[in-house]
Amino acid sequence: MDFDLSEEQRLLKESIDGLLTDSYDFEQRKKYMKEKGGWSQVVWGKLAEQGLLGLPFAEADGGFGGGGVETMIVMEALGKALVLEPYLATVVIGGGFLRHAGSDAQKAAHVPGIIDGSKTLAFAQLEKNSRYDLFDVSTTAKKKGDGWVIDGEKFVVLNGENAETLIVTARTKGDRRDKSGIGVFLVPANAKGVTKKSYPTQDGLHAADITFTGVEVGADAAIGNPEDGLALIERVVDEARVALCAEAVGLMDESLKTTVEYIKTRKQFGVAIGSFQSLQHRASDMFVAAEQARSMSMFATMANDFENARERSNAIAAAKVQIGKSLKFVGQQSIQLHGGIGMTMEAKIGHYFKRLTMIENSFGDTEYHQRRVADAGGLI
Amino acid sequence: MDLAFTKEEQAFREEVRSFFRDNVPPDTRRKLVEGRHLSKDEMVTWWRILNKKGWGVSHWPKQYGGTGWTSVQHYIFNEELQSYPAPQPLAFGVSMVGPVIYTFGNEEQKKKYLPRIANVDDWWCQGFSEPGSGSDLASLKTKAERKGDKWIINGQKTWTTLAQHADMIFCLCRTDPSAKKQMGISFIVFSMKSKGVTVRPIQTIDGGHEVNEVFFDDVEVPVENLIGEENKGWDYAKFLLGNERTGIARVGVSKERLRRIRDLAGKVESGGKPIIQDSAFREKLAACEIELKALELTQLRVVADEGKHGKGKPNPASSVLKIKGSEIQQTTTELLMEVIGPFAAPYDVHGDDGSNEAMDWTAQIAPSYFNNRKVSIYGGSNEIQRNIIAKAVLGL
Repeated sequence: MDFDLSEEQRLLKESIDGLLTDSYDFEQRKKYMKEKGGWSQVVWGKLAEQGLLGLPFAEADGGFGGGGVETMIVMEALGKALVLEPYLATVVIGGGFLRHAGSDAQKAAHVPGIIDGSKTLAFAQLEKNSRYDLFDVSTTAKKKGDGWVIDGEKFVVLNGENAETLIVTARTKGDRRDKSGIGVFLVPANAKGVTKKSYPTQDGLHAADITFTGVEVGADAAIGNPEDGLALIERVVDEARVALCAEAVGLMDESLKTTVEYIKTRKQFGVAIGSFQSLQHRASDMFVAAEQARSMSMFATMANDFENARERSNAIAAAKVQIGKSLKFVGQQSIQLHGGIGMTMEAKIGHYFKRLTMIENSFGDTEYHQRRVADAGGLI
Repeated sequence: MDLAFTKEEQAFREEVRSFFRDNVPPDTRRKLVEGRHLSKDEMVTWWRILNKKGWGVSHWPKQYGGTGWTSVQHYIFNEELQSYPAPQPLAFGVSMVGPVIYTFGNEEQKKKYLPRIANVDDWWCQGFSEPGSGSDLASLKTKAERKGDKWIINGQKTWTTLAQHADMIFCLCRTDPSAKKQMGISFIVFSMKSKGVTVRPIQTIDGGHEVNEVFFDDVEVPVENLIGEENKGWDYAKFLLGNERTGIARVGVSKERLRRIRDLAGKVESGGKPIIQDSAFREKLAACEIELKALELTQLRVVADEGKHGKGKPNPASSVLKIKGSEIQQTTTELLMEVIGPFAAPYDVHGDDGSNEAMDWTAQIAPSYFNNRKVSIYGGSNEIQRNIIAKAVLGL
């Protein structure tokens, strides 16, 4: 049991914190939002230069062999700076599928581009009626010759507007809610039959609704077993949840810090409003919520390496519940303690609140995961 | 960062667990599970078993009988102790006055008191709170006046836990009335059998007798019973309250109670089926378990940090422990109430010693719920904890 960062991990944290301090203050972020695609190629290039885009990949694949703790460090830092670039979609999720189940050829085709920053990915999973159930898949992949034909609609695909490659879940067998018969496919974004409707999301990221109409891909498009991919999808989405927990911790840290600074300086009735006990206690409760979230983010990071998939998923679900509850409290109270200024687009706090809010509803909200933990027989 | 327990730590957990299995008197365990109070004999018997094993004052320095365990080992020991469950060592002796004596006392005091604390030859109680000095402890008025080779003590303490069993008291007394609040207080120990000491029971809302009022009427105490320096008592009190920060979360206690809730909820029916099959109840239970897991991790972070930086420099996260720990303990007692529903009502007029076989064990569930309201009040109320976070952590 050791909660301290190793020397390498400490250096990693310093390096990403340093990079973001230099190139990601709130004013710079506003400029990046206006760039093509809604994020900065320059910043993405810097992340690549520092090796952060290759962090979780094996050294044999050109990466740095980083584990869960390394990803946690990066995601926390990205959260703290409210980063727009598609790290989650590309490195954590896209990279996750390739790391866990990609063939040598698939890795050779995609990993170098991820690592050098020339290529981004997007995960096309959500469907109109699937909500948070990963096995609820209506999009189909039908065998044609050696390859597959994909038909269906995917929604709110993060980075779907910009990604060169889409990772698509599609049913190869069975009915909509069957747990078997689901495959995972690599689809070039410019393949014939792919149409996109792009839009910004509430938190300033970019996403797309994507329709697949008779999209033909080769046999080599399937990642892992095309008839039994649910365990792989759950594995990678669990990693995405863990990453989101860490991002939320970073966001909460910065929200709390910003709010405490604000109530120390904002004066009413001739004194700083932070001198009022009701506000002090609220801020203390925010601290408690943020610390509980940090603990569960660490727990989730640890659980990610559990060998038993059921225990892993249960622990990560529990973490997502705690993070969901904490982020709602910290987010809402950050706005409340800022008062009117917290309601404005101009102040940075609202943007943190919005990103936190969107994280709660990503890959299962608090209610969804709480039910999962309850149905799994609890956590003690 | 490595969040898993090592093989050695896991083996240690096994060792501790099997010792409890083999040595905690079954009746003692049963009473704790059912939320009953233990008799003085039952507690002392167990503590002496623990002391004989060498674990009675585990966190003391080795030279005074401690174990030299790592902070993680202490954590494991406490968790196993609480969740077995077995009675925790008497905090007033082992965790409070003991460390003050071995840190600030003279050699004679160490020789005289420490072995007796370890073996519970003396039962200690704590003379801090007064009727007018609760959260504002430094406003205390109990006086000790120096007359020749004696202190003459007059005043009143309250909320004195288990003073009815006590042989000794450690007492904050005002020794310099002209000094500012915190500056004129001394830390004096004396026998509860001294002439002029009166103990009066306070019955709490659960019907139990845990706490007392203690009156001092010209109590004569030898001058050598002053611990440390005169008028430095406030420093020792702060030191004392700063110790054992991590024990206050009582994670093991809540774990044990959650297991009991799950067990009962599988037996008690609602709507023609066990309550555990009700999804709303299950989710509530899961919510509490998740909060407890987060608290456990927070506690481990604090514990690991203590190991790294030594005592006296608490991790900011440690202030979370008291607030969340007490809230979760209270939630578990609420869930127990919810499970037994209308059977919470019967009140056992024979008290909670278990002598009345006719009374079902459920009789202790409501009292335990009532009793646990105290946990967000004692040890610095949760409101005081929030003041501490605001000031010490957030700089407000």
